[in-house]
Amino acid sequence: MDSGEAGWEERSAVRVTPPVQPRKLAKVPFVELAEGRLQGVVSSGSDVARVYVSSIAAETHDFSCSTNNNRPCGGLTAGGGRRCKHLNALIDEAVRQYGAERVARHLKVEAEEGDELRSRLQGVHRKAPAAEVFSRFLRHLAYLEVPASPEPLPEMHWFPAWGAVR
Amino acid sequence: MQAAHLTELTGRTPPGVAEALEAVSGFDAALTDGLARLGPRHTDALRALAGAVSRSPLGAATAEAADKIAAGSIGPAELSAVAAARAALLGAVHDALLERLDDALGRSRADRQAPPADPEHGPAPAPLLTVARSWLQELAITGWRGVDDPLVSTADQALEALWAEPRLRRLAVLLDGLAAELRASCPVATMERIPRRRWADLWTRAMLLSQAGSWTGGATAVSGRLLPLGVDVHEHGTAVQVQLHAVLEPADGGPARLVRAAVAAAKVDTIVGPLVWRLLSAYPTLLTALAEHRAVTITDMRLTSGGDLLWEEERAEAGDLADPFATARVRLPDAQAPAVPPLDRHPVRIAEPVLVEGHAANRDGAFDLGGERLIVDLDRLPTSGPLTPQLVKASTACIGLLRWDAGRWTLQPLAVEAVVKKRPVRAHNGDWALGPTDPKVAKALDRSGDAVAVLSERAGRLLRK
Repeated sequence: MDSGEAGWEERSAVRVTPPVQPRKLAKVPFVELAEGRLQGVVSSGSDVARVYVSSIAAETHDFSCSTNNNRPCGGLTAGGGRRCKHLNALIDEAVRQYGAERVARHLKVEAEEGDELRSRLQGVHRKAPAAEVFSRFLRHLAYLEVPASPEPLPEMHWFPAWGAVR
Repeated sequence: MQAAHLTELTGRTPPGVAEALEAVSGFDAALTDGLARLGPRHTDALRALAGAVSRSPLGAATAEAADKIAAGSIGPAELSAVAAARAALLGAVHDALLERLDDALGRSRADRQAPPADPEHGPAPAPLLTVARSWLQELAITGWRGVDDPLVSTADQALEALWAEPRLRRLAVLLDGLAAELRASCPVATMERIPRRRWADLWTRAMLLSQAGSWTGGATAVSGRLLPLGVDVHEHGTAVQVQLHAVLEPADGGPARLVRAAVAAAKVDTIVGPLVWRLLSAYPTLLTALAEHRAVTITDMRLTSGGDLLWEEERAEAGDLADPFATARVRLPDAQAPAVPPLDRHPVRIAEPVLVEGHAANRDGAFDLGGERLIVDLDRLPTSGPLTPQLVKASTACIGLLRWDAGRWTLQPLAVEAVVKKRPVRAHNGDWALGPTDPKVAKALDRSGDAVAVLSERAGRLLRK
């Protein structure tokens, strides 16, 4: 967000979305704050062909983790209160990408940094559908398959590449 | 650019601009609250918008639309009419500002020519345009304040389909950018302040693009030597565009022309900073010219009537070294600027390359040029290149783009000559086009791993199962 300068609402080119920080993607290739959840895809530690779909709901903070084929994650017990390592990795990477404050705001919890956030998320295991999140991940990946194009995009003048937040 | 140019540029605002913007602001306020919830202030604003274009060909349609919307009938025809009226007003503001700029700088500008027909670009698929328009209609009825997650999500399928249609790339990129901002701001009702002008701009442009798709149009072949001035980088979560500003010396001996060449790629939000260049690896000649400051010989490359080269690698060959500052000093002052395509006219698109030297940087970064103050946009130094606020403040010469937003002219630096620790330094936005040349940045990139490679590998494994 920009500082409180006058005329912000009357400007065409302003930064609305806070910048995303670069992070390693191998372990958690996909994280998003969407559909009232923190959700994403976490690589399996043992099998390169397998991924887990993990999510934490806003407000209740109930969590879910299963393979993309809906097989439950072995690290969770039904109705249990302990998160598996995939879910913890998801939280850590979300904090790296968006910052703790933004993740906390989305999940509707008071926390200023990652450790605090992790300890305040006190939901239980409640199965959420994995297929929808996984298909959002596939959609995300599909952007990289779109061929580059030399048609000028004048609309991009509304989207300058902003510098680092200082 | 000299102090006298700056005085003339930033002096009084051209007549009519304030009135036009007032009419636009009234409409933007109505769109913020939602057209289904118009108070008397908003219906007056809609009529004022119609009044402002009453003597144009849009007059009758806009007046009728304003009445119908006030009566609660908010359909595609009405919305198209008010969007056209808003775009026309901002187009007029654009014209007044650009004329002021051309007068101040003594810049000559080509007359508008009708673009040649574009045989490759058939009509856009109507069903996709209809889907896009209906989302825009929902947004307008609801108003920004009423936007929540479910409303944003209704665009998901349309966006997927738009991205799959190359003829609608402009609309896809625009709507995806708008949707991402709305999603990140949900529920919008809780926002401290709403970017009213910006979102209404994006909505309006999307309405125009959803009429018949892109208006880029056909092009004519040109040959000659392309001398780069600088590169402007545009980026949102799922798209990046680099736009080269350059002087073209036509092979037929005609006068030098200011041209642009833009290439763009889709991306995801986790690909940021110097990595974005990797997404443009299909354009090695262009990237080489940027990274190594080389001239490019182009042969029969297509140039639109709006001054955009439609880049084709096969028609480009990187040539000798060509210092952008030498180009800016020697060739830029006499180069002829292109006309602006009618529907592209909006103040946000004003991006005129200039050279500033002999200035002193104030503490806040603004340049003092012979007693005149030029605001420098230090927020617009992309992380994909080496420019920093410190370098800009230490600059002795700066190639930049003159821009205008909300009543202020600013300079967006593209390249600087500076003195750092008594040594001359040069930095250009495109210096890292073939990879970062700063060892610290290269190391940081190595540490965070190659996001493009990781995701492409996943895409290869999962999308072709």
